[in-house]
Amino acid sequence: MIPASSLAEALGLAAPELILAVSAMLILVGGAFGGRGSSGVASLSAVAALIGAAVAAAWGDQGVAFRGGFIADDMAAFAKAAIYAASAVAVVLGERWLGRAGNAQFEFPVLILIAALGMGMMASAGDLIHLYVGVELHSLALYVLAAFQRDDARSSEAGLKYFVLGALSSGLLLYGASLIYGFAGSVRFDDIARATAALEGEGTGVLFGLVFVICGLAFKVSAAPFHMWTPDVYEGAPLPMVAFFTTAPKMAALVVLARLLYEGFPEAVDQWRQVVLIVALISMAVGAFAGLAQRNLKRLLAYSSISNMGYALLAISAGTAGGIEGLLIFMVLYMVDSLGLFACLIAANRAGRSMENIGDFSGLSRVNMPLAVTVTVLALSIAGIPPMAGFWAKYFFAFQPAIEAGLWGPAAFGLLTGVVAAFYYLRLVKTIWFDPAPGEADVPPLDAKLIAYASAIWAFPVFYVVVSLIEPYAAQAGRSLGLS
Amino acid sequence: MISLESYLTVAAVLFTIGIFGIFVNRKNIIVILMSIELILLAVNINLVAFSAYLNNVDGQIFAMLVLTVAAAEAAIGLAILVTFFRNRGDINVEAAGQLKG
Repeated sequence: MIPASSLAEALGLAAPELILAVSAMLILVGGAFGGRGSSGVASLSAVAALIGAAVAAAWGDQGVAFRGGFIADDMAAFAKAAIYAASAVAVVLGERWLGRAGNAQFEFPVLILIAALGMGMMASAGDLIHLYVGVELHSLALYVLAAFQRDDARSSEAGLKYFVLGALSSGLLLYGASLIYGFAGSVRFDDIARATAALEGEGTGVLFGLVFVICGLAFKVSAAPFHMWTPDVYEGAPLPMVAFFTTAPKMAALVVLARLLYEGFPEAVDQWRQVVLIVALISMAVGAFAGLAQRNLKRLLAYSSISNMGYALLAISAGTAGGIEGLLIFMVLYMVDSLGLFACLIAANRAGRSMENIGDFSGLSRVNMPLAVTVTVLALSIAGIPPMAGFWAKYFFAFQPAIEAGLWGPAAFGLLTGVVAAFYYLRLVKTIWFDPAPGEADVPPLDAKLIAYASAIWAFPVFYVVVSLIEPYAAQAGRSLGLS
Repeated sequence: MISLESYLTVAAVLFTIGIFGIFVNRKNIIVILMSIELILLAVNINLVAFSAYLNNVDGQIFAMLVLTVAAAEAAIGLAILVTFFRNRGDINVEAAGQLKG
């Protein structure tokens, strides 16, 4: 990686971040003058800014800026393009949803932009300071988003719970970062790698700090045993916000974790692999078994996301370039499935009320055939049934790198929990197709319907084309980190 | 001259008090906000002590950013707490029990 030689060059590397930061501020000022009626324009500009930032990230220059603190490489470009795209979809879903709920406000796209800015910084973080600021920037925006329906008691309770546990996890992460800084003598990942290599087994303090940082980031991706906030927050927060929570922030936190582990601790693979594997195995088990007892679909999808984070962490624990490639593609496929399922939840209403419980979906095939097919395709995909996208995501991109790294046992365990988790998706499918319908469903809103259909078509068969197109980039991204 | 170990011990004790303040406290959410602040300040002691010991300025820059973030975090926490109070009329930890779990 070439260090930027001048400030102008450094700012050029950070172009996606600058686009997002400037447009967030402009939209905020514009919205303050425009008042309540300006939310539509604000959302349109936010979507434009996110697309512009994604283009700038994907085709912009690469290099290292700000004394190694900011890295623009293939992995950052790939992750940022995915994160910004998911954020743009969330802006569209949320703007229309809030409009129907009578709470359309221009602050919503601004908060998504700020969150996307923080997530982009996480994907590019080259030192602990950038990591921490990125994590906080996106977390603070997410707490407000969870409590966005401020007259709804459940939404504000979700925001409060998210805030308290999120702040605790930031504290753990920060304490770990301070220990790594103190014992390794630097905040930069490459200097930390040199220092840990020189310590040769004397680095207990550094590893102690690393465990804290892993725990803090595991909180952010809702990996068990740090998942206790997830079902409550997902149940209480507004639907489009939850769709956002399950996608982009997890990608960002997993990418920054991968970068910290691969660039900062390449010599200590055996030590951190144990910690990551334990978190991965517990997540898979908790996600599969606790999900069985859920009747509320938002809580069910929370457990589904917990088990999927287990698979993603399994890919990271491979400790190889193939692991990063698998992680990136797995997360892209998971994000599309997840956004699609939440779009279905937004689309499925009966008498003005969202169908939140599994029972509400009974007989959906009789009242709204296209939506029933969409939910079925997405549920089968995320359950990992061939030939859907989720099958390849799980077995080819998450498990294969782990197996190649010799982690047979954990991959087999993942397979088993995957079978258990498939039960609750299949139960949803059975409810849709074979149970009697209690009444007509409302006409689904256009935006949610289109996004849901698009994700279903992606899950089968479009992703076959797209994955073969993006795979070379993901492979390049995997190689851009130190490990081979 | 106070040794590095003493600073680290104080920071670790404050950090632990902060963590326990969040989990053991069953009464008031304001106390949780204070505990979060305590955790962040414990980390700042760590950072500044390491920075002085290593003769490296990064730790002090980090501590400045942590102070800024702590202020933003407290502001957002209080804002969410105000909306919660408007809906419930209560800020007991037990009041936050509508979502099961």
